Amino acid sequence: MNIDIIHIIYLIASVTFILGLKMLSNPKTARNGNLLAAAGMIAAILGTIFLHQGRIDNVIYGLIFGAIALGTVVGWLTAKRVQMTKMPELVSLFNGMGGACAALIGLVEFHHNVNNPTNVAIILAGMIIGSVSFSGSIIAWAKLNGTLKNAIRLPKYNILNTAIMVGLFAYAFFIVWSETHSEVHLYLLFFAALIYGVLFVIPIGGADMPVVISLLNSFTGLAAAFGGFLYGNQVMLTGGILVGSAGTLLTLVMCKAMNRPLFNVIFGAFGESDTSQATETGTQGTVKEVGPSDLAVQMNYSNKILIVPGYGLAVAQAQHIIKELEQILEDRGVEVAYAIHPVAGRMPGHMNVLLAESNVDYDKLKEMEDVNPEFSQTDLVLVVGANDVVNPAAKTDPSSPIFGMPILEVENAKHVVVNKRSMNAGYAGIQNELFFRDKTSMLFGDAKKVLTELVEELKALD
Amino acid sequence: MNEIIEFFKVHQDMVFIVVLMVFVGVEVIGKVPAVLHTPLMSGANAIHGVVVVGAIIVMLNSKSSDYLAMGLGFVAVFLGTMNVVGGFVVTDRMLEMFKKKKK
Repeated sequence: MNIDIIHIIYLIASVTFILGLKMLSNPKTARNGNLLAAAGMIAAILGTIFLHQGRIDNVIYGLIFGAIALGTVVGWLTAKRVQMTKMPELVSLFNGMGGACAALIGLVEFHHNVNNPTNVAIILAGMIIGSVSFSGSIIAWAKLNGTLKNAIRLPKYNILNTAIMVGLFAYAFFIVWSETHSEVHLYLLFFAALIYGVLFVIPIGGADMPVVISLLNSFTGLAAAFGGFLYGNQVMLTGGILVGSAGTLLTLVMCKAMNRPLFNVIFGAFGESDTSQATETGTQGTVKEVGPSDLAVQMNYSNKILIVPGYGLAVAQAQHIIKELEQILEDRGVEVAYAIHPVAGRMPGHMNVLLAESNVDYDKLKEMEDVNPEFSQTDLVLVVGANDVVNPAAKTDPSSPIFGMPILEVENAKHVVVNKRSMNAGYAGIQNELFFRDKTSMLFGDAKKVLTELVEELKALD
Repeated sequence: MNEIIEFFKVHQDMVFIVVLMVFVGVEVIGKVPAVLHTPLMSGANAIHGVVVVGAIIVMLNSKSSDYLAMGLGFVAVFLGTMNVVGGFVVTDRMLEMFKKKKK
């Protein structure tokens, strides 16, 4: 009887995962969708523990609940305390934990299943993918939080990585085929997979990390699914495959938004020195500078202002002051909205999350396709800490590495004001001709500092 | 070849679930606006935390005298739970901010 109940619980949990993901794709239902999936997860976990057949030692129950309690407390506190700007790396970290969990399951289950080659194959596949996802996520986490700044590239790293990957699978095949009982092979394979995860992510630049995290996310889903296969456990299978396929699609959608084929992200055609130098020498000229007081006057007499936020805004923690700026301008009868590029920030949708944190209205956040026709009727565009997403070279210069990437067409507005800390090039490492145009003025300085000055100036104008 | 046919026979239901779920995953994500990509990724991240169920099964199937299995299983359950709890909580925090603000 118990066995039937657990299957019904797993079925319900699988349905909550599907509905949860579905509801997550709509702003109105997203939050409930997340809670629904969480409820399904709790049911699946409790069902697994309490409806298990056979006598279980109390010590084991104690250990399981101890581990769950510890994981809950640590996970909860970390998630509650993290600043919203640090969120992408946290997702990466949690993803790594899931991968490690899958890898450890493989380590334990190997010697229970040595006589069943099919199971060994499933175990090794789950373990390899889980380990790669774990070590890769840790590197992605270190890159996003700035511990690891530069892309490290071993000589011929593409060939090297591919060789290691082939080697991993060959080794796994050998273990299955030889029906070895030796755990030395198992641990060697485990460490080799960990090293591969590091080498896989380390050459990839920081700008591509969201794509990598999304990819590793679907890897962990796959690793969970292999676990489901091993145990004949439906909920692990449905949850794992669901995330695996949805995650892969999400990865491709992100790549499309950046106009970067996944192949280029992984095998790195970006930021190669020859292309960036060629374009850098291409644009020269003088830039116009503007100060907060002049800009305040200009803004005060505008009818319509669009704000283009980028990662620089997030770094400077300027999301609250920009809301204040919006408020004060609205009070003066200026129409203000935000133009959000799909990959603004460090993850698609990251900028929306940050602005929502400072109470910016959801309706004021306009997506690229909707806002592009509006630039020609806009008096002033304020670009805060964004660069590549407003670079006209993406449309006009076929030799540019970002050529073909959809951009916000700010150059159609009457005036463009760009806030940057310096004239340094953006993530793509290329110069932006927009900065040298006649209608463009530069507002140099830390976003939070200069925007605060701007708000002060606006208040003084009253 | 025989092994593959045998594998399919034994795991028929599982193979069905896998194939269908691939399509469900693609369909479900299909129309998500870019705004929600990050919360969606984070939510999916929490869902693959279901791997913790496997870690729990590892512990339930092991003898309490098997220290290696107990130790690794304990760490696995801990990490998996962190994935689940942290994933759902951080997603909820992101989505909380999308609430319509009353003026």
